[in-house]
Amino acid sequence: MAAMAGVGQQWVLVEMVQAFYEAPAYHLILEGILILWIIRLLFSKTYKLQERSDLTLKEKEELIEEWQPEPLVPPVPKDHPALNYNIVSGPPTHIITVNGKECINFASFNFLGLLNNEKVKSAAQSSLKKYGVGTCGPRGFYGTFDVHLELEERLAKFMRTEEAIIYSYGFATIASAIPAYSKRGDINPRKARVTRRFIVVEGLYMNRGDICPLPELIKLKYKYKVRIFLEESLSFGVLGQHGRGITEHFGINIDDIDLISANMENSLASIGGFCCGRSFIIDHQRLSGQGYCFSASLPPLLAAAAIEALNIMEDNPDIFQTLRAKCERIHKALQGISGLKVVGESFSPALHLQLEESCGSRENDVKLLKRVVDYCMNSGIALTQARYLEKEEKCLPPPSIRVVITVEQTEQELDKAASLLKEAAQSVLN
Amino acid sequence: MANPSAVCNGHLHHHHHQKQNNLLKSGISKKNGITKGTKKNGVSNGTLYKKTFIEHFEQAPMYVAVFTFVGFAVGTIFGYLRDFMRAWGLEKRNIATEREQQKDFVPLYQDFENFYTRNLYLRIRDNWNRPICSVPGPQFDLMERVTDDYNWTFRFTGRTIKNVINMGSYNYLGFAETDVNALKTVTIELEKYGTGVCSTRQEMGTLDKHVELEKLVATFLGVEDAMVFGMGFATNSMNIPALVGKGCLILSDELNHTSLVLGARLSGATIRIFKHNNMQSLEKLLRDAIIYGQPRTHRAWRKIIILVEGIYSMEGSIVRLPEIVSLKNKYKAYLYLDEAHSIGAVGATGRGVVEYFGMSPNDVDVLMGTFTKSFGAAGGYIAGKKDLVDFLRTHSHSAVYATSMCPPVAEQIIRAMRCLMGLDGTTQGLQRVRQLEKNTRYFRRKLHEMGFIIYGNDDSPVVPLLLYMPGKIGAFARRMLEKNIGVVVVGFPATPITESRARFCVSAAHTREMLDTVLNALDELGDFLHLKYSRYSKSSHPELYEESRLELED
Repeated sequence: MAAMAGVGQQWVLVEMVQAFYEAPAYHLILEGILILWIIRLLFSKTYKLQERSDLTLKEKEELIEEWQPEPLVPPVPKDHPALNYNIVSGPPTHIITVNGKECINFASFNFLGLLNNEKVKSAAQSSLKKYGVGTCGPRGFYGTFDVHLELEERLAKFMRTEEAIIYSYGFATIASAIPAYSKRGDINPRKARVTRRFIVVEGLYMNRGDICPLPELIKLKYKYKVRIFLEESLSFGVLGQHGRGITEHFGINIDDIDLISANMENSLASIGGFCCGRSFIIDHQRLSGQGYCFSASLPPLLAAAAIEALNIMEDNPDIFQTLRAKCERIHKALQGISGLKVVGESFSPALHLQLEESCGSRENDVKLLKRVVDYCMNSGIALTQARYLEKEEKCLPPPSIRVVITVEQTEQELDKAASLLKEAAQSVLN
Repeated sequence: MANPSAVCNGHLHHHHHQKQNNLLKSGISKKNGITKGTKKNGVSNGTLYKKTFIEHFEQAPMYVAVFTFVGFAVGTIFGYLRDFMRAWGLEKRNIATEREQQKDFVPLYQDFENFYTRNLYLRIRDNWNRPICSVPGPQFDLMERVTDDYNWTFRFTGRTIKNVINMGSYNYLGFAETDVNALKTVTIELEKYGTGVCSTRQEMGTLDKHVELEKLVATFLGVEDAMVFGMGFATNSMNIPALVGKGCLILSDELNHTSLVLGARLSGATIRIFKHNNMQSLEKLLRDAIIYGQPRTHRAWRKIIILVEGIYSMEGSIVRLPEIVSLKNKYKAYLYLDEAHSIGAVGATGRGVVEYFGMSPNDVDVLMGTFTKSFGAAGGYIAGKKDLVDFLRTHSHSAVYATSMCPPVAEQIIRAMRCLMGLDGTTQGLQRVRQLEKNTRYFRRKLHEMGFIIYGNDDSPVVPLLLYMPGKIGAFARRMLEKNIGVVVVGFPATPITESRARFCVSAAHTREMLDTVLNALDELGDFLHLKYSRYSKSSHPELYEESRLELED
């Protein structure tokens, strides 16, 4: 058997040698080249992506040494407009002392003039005597005072909703309310459209002074099954016959709005904010509103001041009419200033004056408007430019001067302001 | 949030490793022949900590964990049972419901989210949101509140429970007071300025009071400049996005407060989490970040910022500041320190963890803190170099869009800070700090001796006492109230689900008698509810605790 195999093998070998001799030359050469090529491939290094995990310790240390971070903050130019802000000495009331000069205040949002009201101050004083200043805890851990509960009840009654919830910071109010209902955390609360289920609108837009078309929105709400969140910082205490805001202004049933949020820092001359609506909606925020659960509650003296301010609003419903009349008056008086156009509804207590033609860049516009403002301040009217974080706004409004009307301004003062603005525009812009 | 499943063994290993590492690093290198630890950090750890740093995180016995899970399981089963009965109308439905007209809208809440709220939280929710009607000093008056329908609704009987000892409010230095002399300047300023400001910082809202306050804060902390904001929570959530953005890396501690987490998320930077107070974990993350760069593109990070707190309010632990600063200097990262609970509460003169460890405020890039806890007011601040503060004045959301702090509150902070610094001519400030220190040590020592499991550092005035089982949360808080003591209990989701606790906040205003009353009550209640889980009832076994650097004074 082995012999047979041996013969078989030999036979194969002989055949091979014979084939070798009989093959044509080019065939042999080609095969030779192929074999050489295979041998070369087998022995050359394989091509790999340079892996960082192959770094030696020394190389890692070098990388760590070499890395330079950016500076923590980029340098701010010394003449940045926001660095040279106005310093107010004393209370920012009707007559305000700005940078040492006494002016009539057309810049603070003190619409109902409650900042200097004696009754409000004495309510705050008695609260101070009883409770001290701070609450030393969030609402869940002994930070709920009886004044907070009273304020929430009063607000709910005033706005004719089921329940209200207060926050200790105006900005945090809407910034905590919206994420409590939506899953994603990247919603900018000051802009109009939010995905899927909610429409967030402002009653009176602070950046433009115009009003939102609420009746049409209500129709859209039922048609498309979305919920409406209404932000009433400017319109609470201003619009409507009793100051209840835009729902009273348009005569809409308050239950149609899912959530109303407002801050108490404008009309109520206090600090903080509140949300009101049906219990179904508001109760959820008590456990998931981040600014409510994880932050200290509103100092009681501010809550007491807000309650007293509400009392005043309820007892004198005619101040809203007076305010509206003054707004109309100055709106008319400011028309026709050469170089500046008025932006805003005639009954909005905060209106904007924009340049009719821009001079090219935003920076130059801002500088020009600053000269107008300085002219007015030197002559006794305090104004301010509307400020924005330029990189953060999605639709940045053009630079403007903001004029704020309050109940305390007399008709002479309104006329004086209008004529002064005309003068300033004349001298600076022409 | 700590890993909820790391109950027994995971946790124990964690500490065991830490201890070993500490021994290795602490220079017993001669014994083991391993010098890697000390060489890596460059500085022998003996010189980093000037005083002993003792923290406890004792592990409960195994049966406790078992019973805790059983407790939650029972609660869940009953929850399903009740839901079933409510769905079939066998039990009353007390919750508010959607409007009739809006029934076909997309539902506002997930039903499951509410399961925990409805069936577990609701049963014991009378222990939270308790309204008070007096100043939150060392004692306060509670409004009596009863429920007729098992906590669905409450009503007030009109009576007040007087002189309840307050172990829940953040009143570390006792500045929440109504003493007429103390509040004299605040009263005057309230009369002069009123309560509101009605404008933002950049428009017409910067009052001379704010300028005065900011200068004082900067002097108090020993830095160049400071900026104050109206709300502590908002200080974090609005300024972290101004400092970092896309392309930056945030290294945040596991147990950071919600405001820091929110600020980090809003900034759009990449967030990586390191284990609580664990320097090895932090160092590994730093090294990996610099070596490997950003994910996928491997570009270098623009900057790396480390977010830590001074005292962690749920654990009572103090940050390991010297080690973090040496890491930060080595790897060129930036440090953001949130001293909400530690400013005023630790340190020889109340200047926070920076002073507690004997370091200079220039070591920390961004010093942040709040005025709510130790100063009895409201608001927050950020302090540091002048460039930093100028940048925040121009680029922070708060400066542009939010109303500034109200003047009477600013005055309260000014007078408290002046008292603390001794500028009002008395030593009252220092006395308060000393009293707080004494009270803290006494309280903690006694609790250890009684056999409770207490977390945290020996010097921190926040004292968490572990309850573990869900049934004991409600029982503990209610019985303490019956004894006229107001405590704070916390459970899931603020803590890991198996580690519910009661949290005491010691105050400088507590007298020895008050503390003794509380301790006696705790003793009784601990026996009654079987809360004394600790296996070491005398604090005299140094090798069993996680004491770093104590061995190293050689």
